[in-house]
Amino acid sequence: MIYFNAFVLGGLICLIGQLILDNTKLTPGHITSLFTVAGAFLSFLGIYPKLINWGGAGATMMISNFGNLLYQGGYEGFHNEEIIGIASGLLSKVSVAITMAIVFAFVFAIIFKPKD
Amino acid sequence: MDKDEYKKLVKEFTPKENKLNKALIAFLVGGGLSFGGQVIVSILQITFGMELSSAYLWLCVITIFLASFLTALGFFDNLVSKSGCGLIIPTTGFAHSMTSSALDVKKDGLITGLGASFFKLAGSVLLYGIVSSFFLSILGVIIYG
Repeated sequence: MIYFNAFVLGGLICLIGQLILDNTKLTPGHITSLFTVAGAFLSFLGIYPKLINWGGAGATMMISNFGNLLYQGGYEGFHNEEIIGIASGLLSKVSVAITMAIVFAFVFAIIFKPKD
Repeated sequence: MDKDEYKKLVKEFTPKENKLNKALIAFLVGGGLSFGGQVIVSILQITFGMELSSAYLWLCVITIFLASFLTALGFFDNLVSKSGCGLIIPTTGFAHSMTSSALDVKKDGLITGLGASFFKLAGSVLLYGIVSSFFLSILGVIIYG
């Protein structure tokens, strides 16, 4: 049942983050960076694609998927365009997330006023 | 048990309980978000006949849009402080950090404020993600071919 798996996996990833946040001096900025790097490393080990197969959105919605997509982009880039493909392909899969986050953040920052 | 002893006990147990509560909330929020995301993916697949990979991409766009929009309206900061990592670790946290830093520095001008400090919070994710996966890709190519 993919919906249940997504709930469990997404919940567990956030739970681990919360435990690190509460029991160490790391800030949310540290946690998100750490999870991104961890995602890239799990992807390197071949584990992250399996997590996506098992837990679906529970794995793809997390920031760790950012690292996963970066690694996959770089690795597949090599097979498409040889050595330069690592550089040209690295950002190809995360382009959606980066582009839309920048566009929405910019547009909303222009339209709305900050609330304190 | 006298009063002092009782207070001692309370002191001992309160922070722990808070941590447990926070962890549980993060689990439920993060899990709920993933569950909802999976439902959206299914809806996109059935209604628009999308492939699984593009349904995940659209889900990413939808979550970023909602997180950015709610941040701009001023609801999201409150939600993030309540649910902690339940909203920080999903893509919502990435969008939230960009939009909130953009809103904060808007007053300093379009170039010196918005342009210079746009990635103040989200920059570390990009920096360490790109650098680490660059070297991991090279390593992967060497090892797996």
